[in-house]
Parts: sequence; C-alpha cells; structure tokens
Amino acid sequence: MTTAEVLKPDHVSHRKHWIFNDEHDALRDSIRRFVAKELTPFADEWEETTFPDSVIHRMGELGFLGLDKPVEYGGQGGDYYSNLILAEELAATGSGGMAMGIGVHTDMAMPPILAFGTEEQKQEWLVPAIAGKKILSLGITEPDAGSDVAGIKTRARYDSATDEYVINGSKTFITNGHRADVIVLVTKTGDSGGYDDVTLFLVPMNLPGVIRESRLEKLGMHASDTALLAFQDVRVPSSAVLGQVGKGFYHIMWELQGERMIMCAGAVAGAQNLFDKTLQYAKDRKAFGKPIGNFQVIRHKFAEMATKIEVAREMTYSTAWRFANKEYPVREISMAKVYVARIVCEVADECLQIHGGNGYMKEYKIERAWRDLRLNRIGAGTDEIMLDTIGRSYGL
Amino acid sequence: MSSLAEKAGVGAPAHRPLPPFTEEHQEFRRAVRRFVETELYPHADEWEEAKFFPNSVFNRLAELGYLGLKFPVEYGGDNDPIADAVFVEELGRCGSGGLAAGIGACTGIALPPVAKFGTEAQKQRYLVPGIRGELTAALAITEPDAGSDVAGLKTRAKRVDGGWLVNGSKCFITGGVRADMLVTAVKTTDEGGHHGISFLLIDKGEGVAASPLEKLGWHASDTALITFDDVFVPEQNLLGDENQGFYMIMANFQWERLMLALGAIGAMQWCFDKTLAYALERRAFGRPIGNFQVIRHKFAEMAIKIETNRALAYNALRLYAAGEDALRQVTAAKLTSQRDAVLVADQCVQIHGGNGYMTEYKIERALRDARLGPIGGGTDEIMKEILGRSFGL
Repeated sequence: MTTAEVLKPDHVSHRKHWIFNDEHDALRDSIRRFVAKELTPFADEWEETTFPDSVIHRMGELGFLGLDKPVEYGGQGGDYYSNLILAEELAATGSGGMAMGIGVHTDMAMPPILAFGTEEQKQEWLVPAIAGKKILSLGITEPDAGSDVAGIKTRARYDSATDEYVINGSKTFITNGHRADVIVLVTKTGDSGGYDDVTLFLVPMNLPGVIRESRLEKLGMHASDTALLAFQDVRVPSSAVLGQVGKGFYHIMWELQGERMIMCAGAVAGAQNLFDKTLQYAKDRKAFGKPIGNFQVIRHKFAEMATKIEVAREMTYSTAWRFANKEYPVREISMAKVYVARIVCEVADECLQIHGGNGYMKEYKIERAWRDLRLNRIGAGTDEIMLDTIGRSYGL
Repeated sequence: MSSLAEKAGVGAPAHRPLPPFTEEHQEFRRAVRRFVETELYPHADEWEEAKFFPNSVFNRLAELGYLGLKFPVEYGGDNDPIADAVFVEELGRCGSGGLAAGIGACTGIALPPVAKFGTEAQKQRYLVPGIRGELTAALAITEPDAGSDVAGLKTRAKRVDGGWLVNGSKCFITGGVRADMLVTAVKTTDEGGHHGISFLLIDKGEGVAASPLEKLGWHASDTALITFDDVFVPEQNLLGDENQGFYMIMANFQWERLMLALGAIGAMQWCFDKTLAYALERRAFGRPIGNFQVIRHKFAEMAIKIETNRALAYNALRLYAAGEDALRQVTAAKLTSQRDAVLVADQCVQIHGGNGYMTEYKIERALRDARLGPIGGGTDEIMKEILGRSFGL
C-alpha cells in the first residue's frame, strides 16, 4: 500500500447505518417530503392551536400510521425500523407536540392492542386507527401516581350481574386525551397490593361518565393536547379487557419499552436537527472579524455535541436492533432512554447558548426545542426511574 | 429479563452479539477471557511491581495465535480485524493497563504500518517474527518537544551514502525499552512538517539508547526515552514513501484510537464487574451497600457509560473494518471512552471506600491506568479539534 491510497476523510459521504436498507431510505424520503410539504409549514400555528385531527386522518390515508403493522389490519407490513424512521422524520417539523401526539397513537396505544387484543378488538380499534379514522390514547399516570405504576387508584370493579366492569378514577398528562376516540386504560382490578392487580381496558371516550376535565398548560409540547380525565361509573363490557385480567402491569411495562425506543429515535433526530441548524448559524454569524464557529471554544462545543449525538444514535440503533429481533432488552432500552434524554437537553441548551440572544427569541425556534426536549427526562419514565431499573437489573 | 417478557406475554430470545461480532467471535471472546484470567491476571501484581513484563508473554500470545489476528494470512495472521478487536477489549481485563498497553504497542501500533506500507523484505524481516512473538517493535513518534503537534518533530535523518544518519530523541515510547526495532518518525527535510517527515525502521544497536520512564500508572509498561546518536539506517529500512510520513501517522491513528476505545471498554467492564461483586458482598447499616439507592444509581450511571461507549465503538469498528475512514466515529469513540474510563474507575474506587485506595484491591491501579486515556493516542483536546474541524469550523 502506498500513502496515496491512504483513506482521506470524507465527511459528507452518506453512510447507511447497518440496521437500514434501501427500502428504508425510500420510505424516509417519502415521509420527509410529506413532512416538509404538509406538516412543517403549519408547525408555528399549531403551537398556538394544537395540531388538528386532520393530520392523523391524512397520515392514515398515506399509510404512515401502520408502517410496521400487519397488512391484514391495513398496515404496511414493514419492519420495526420503519417506525423509528417515522419518529426521526417527524422531528424535522420542530413541533415536538405534534410528533408526540402521533407517537402516542402509533407507538404507545397501538402496540398493546396488536399484541394483546382479541380479533374483535383489533377490528374495532386497530384497523380504523391504522387508517387514521380513529385516534388512540393511553392512560397510565394519575394525579397521585406516576412512575409507581402499581400505586394507581383507578379501579375497575366487576359487576357479575351484567358481566360489565365499572370504572372510577382519574388520569392525568394524557396525550391525545381530548381528541381520542378510545383510551387504553390502566386500572386496578384486584386488592392483593402487588403487580397482579392491574388490568388494561379499551374504553371508548364517548361513554357516559368519561369526563375530559381540562386541557393542561405546559412548559413545552404546545402542539400536543394534554388532558386531565375523570372516569365516573363508566361501564364497559368484560370484552373491553385488553390482554389478561391481572396482567396489565406486565403488558404496560412491555409497552413502555417500545415507547422509550421511539422517544429515543425522535429525540436524537431532534438534537441532530438543532445541531445542523446551529452549525449553519455559527458559520454565518460573525464576531470579532470571523465566523463564531471558527473560535476554538465554539468549535469544541460542536465537537462535544456531535460526540453526544453520535453516541446516542448508536445506542438507540443497536438497542432497536435487539428490540426488532424480539429480544426484551429492558436494561439497554433504559440506558438509551436516560442517556438520550439527558444529552438532547444538553445539546438544546448549548445550541441556545451559541445562538446568543437570538436563541432566546421565539423566532429562531431554538427555545421551543429547548422546552420541548425537556420532557424527555420526565415522560415515559423519569431519569431516576431509568437509573433504578438499570441498577436493579444487576441485582442491586 | 426473560421472565418479565413471559409475564408480559411477549417472547424474548437470548441476547445476540452486536454486529459486527458473530457467534464465532463470542466463542473466541470466551477463550480470550479465560486466557486473560488464568495466564495474565494472576501475574499482574508481580509485573506492576517489577515495572516490566517478560517477553515470554509475547511467546505465549504468539503460540495462541493472538498476535496476528488482523494481519494477512500469508504472514502468519488470520486477516480478522474483528477478532483482534475482541482480543483488545478482553485484554482490558488483565488487571494491568501497562501490560495491555505493552502488548498493544507492538501488535496494534508498531506492526500495522509495517504490514500496510512495508516492502516484502521488511515484512519478512519484522512482521513475520513479530507475529511469531520472536521480535518486538515500538512506534516512536512523540518527542520531548513535540507531541500532538506532529509537524513539530525534530529528530533528523540526514542522507548519507547508502542510507541515513539519525540524530534526536523520542519519549513516551511504549514498549521502547524492550523493542528490537523502532518504527521511527524522522524529519527527512530541513523544514519537516507535513511534507517532510518519513518513517525509518531502526534496529536497536549502536547509537540507540533507551531508558525507562517513571509514571503515574501503566507501571508494567516499559515506556522509554530513546536517543539516537549518529545512528546509521540503511536505505532499505525506509518505510513507505519518503516525506509521506505524516499521512502514515494519520492512517495509523484510526486503528490505535479504536484499540484505545475498545481497551477502555474492557477495562471499564472489568472494574464494574469487580465492584458489583464487592457491593453485593460488602455490608453496611444492615444490608449490602449495593442495595442503597445511591449506590445502585452509581452502577446504573456506570453501566450507561459502558454500554453507550460499546455502541459507539462497535459501530466505528464496523465502519473501519469495512474500509471506511470513519474518522468522526473513531475520534468520538476515543474521546468519550477515555473520559468515561476515568470516571468509572473513580466511582469504583469510591464504592470500594478505603479498600479502593489500597493497592491490594487493584482498583486504584485501574484509576491510575485509566488516566492516561485522555492524553495518549491524541489528547481529548486534539480529538475535539479534529471533530470540530470535520464540520468545517
């Protein structure tokens, strides 16, 4: 080998990650075009109004809501990674709230229906949800119970006279809670005090006794509709049980794994977008006679951010590979979740800093990302819960 | 976790090795781990004390075929860089950073440029016996007055009849005391710099003096200060093209940095495993200290560091092995892994408490050894320069 053959760095070459193939690229491309044309132009408006239901209808029409779902239910029959791609591409809108609303529909509420639902339930909810005709939500958190899922109080009492369950309780922080047609509801059906008391239900949101109490105001995610819900003597037939009675805790723990993966993919893509945008800014913006990016201290900020993003992406992809292979990698997913959640906040803050006063202004949309991304350290399991999960996995 | 998966009603097959590793590599990993545990680890204390490890280590490694893993088959190797990566990661568990470094300095750093740029004669003379464990080599670039700024090297090779006359000195040369041959970066023009550096293969002999340096860690490594006093080097010992040395240095850095990242991952995992066992055994206030939440979270934080570095480094390795330059990935992997290795070792010392401070537990050694990481093979600051510049900044 001569030195002329020594590889020279080529930073712009596109390298497909090993979990993706050409079909994935084509899918990414078509989602990207849709996002640029039909979502991004309205993102600012939706921050004020929340995004309209028509987004879900339209995405259903285009087949984007069931990318990895079986063809017999109207899905595209794609692999698990196709959903990661959707989450990544939705990040380009800069509307974390909209992306979250879609994610709750496709990757939080939908998977348990597919995994644990009866054929009848799938026909009633999954098929129209994939088609974008019905909107899904998921109810875990309550005013007095969040991370401690076993501590929830919403109760479903069996009424043997009518073979119905009567549900009472309340749920909070429910994404899509106002727009949803149905909620996958986590309830207690037993009194043993353990994990085997929990049962999932599919509760239509138009039933008597389902009360949408308020639209919650938030730090970020303004495009998302977040609800406080109350359930007062809501009667559902026993056929509304999703999965097995008493297995709800384990069902929902499984659901959370997929939710965390999707969150990771979207958040890393969001951080990458911020990075790209800020890099351009640092090259354009001049101070003391040169682009600010040429100052060493700014250059190293980019090096630090790029490293964090690259680590986060590899951790997400390699863990997604395990998940796609039907492993149940709770430890690795928890690691990815906490790592990603932290670094996207750090990246957002550093991008805000590099933008200076402009970063603080609404116009540049950096402050919005800063607010939106902050949720990642709380939602779908806080940093602290993730650390506890990881620590316990070693027998500690 | 599989019982959880059962309860949830989803299946969960066992973990498979992350690409680019195969099941075969996993088997190989188990073999290397056994070797490291039984044949290296038990001697780590002794060799640290002696500030040297015997050459018989190289003989034994050669016997097992571990020195030629990534090299072409025709020179006695296996042509499997992924297996070499396994070897390097597992060496991180040998209990002595200096020992791992000493082995890596020869097979991972000094011999690859010979394999890549050497003439057939050079390969027969140095690479083949190197793979057989009969010869050791060291890479000599850094000087007392030039480290990260490679263009500032001063060691001069002046043309004379039939070759060169070399004068100058090199320092921090891992394996330099024992090395039979030094792959040496020299100035072959007065200006030096990017277009004036060449590599010479310099045999130990008249005019070459090497003395060991005392260090914070890496005690088992014979890190040398080397001086060249009118050393004659014959024409045929020029490695690669004249005045192209800078590019050869850059080309070699990728593998060296990948090795450092993988070694750090192995070392972190070893520290973690050892400290986890300690935290489950050691009791305070009526229970194992690992059951206190604050300690549990320390382990979670460490585990995240190890696993994220693994994801990054394995992908960098995959790209590198596929022939991509992977500059960004390798640089980022080197940067984070070396920093995290220090942080992990420090936490492990902390969890061990007073015992962690004692030599006996080997954790303080791990911390001292890890501290070289953010300096050697290109400092953290240089890594960030490379990354930042790669974005056009």
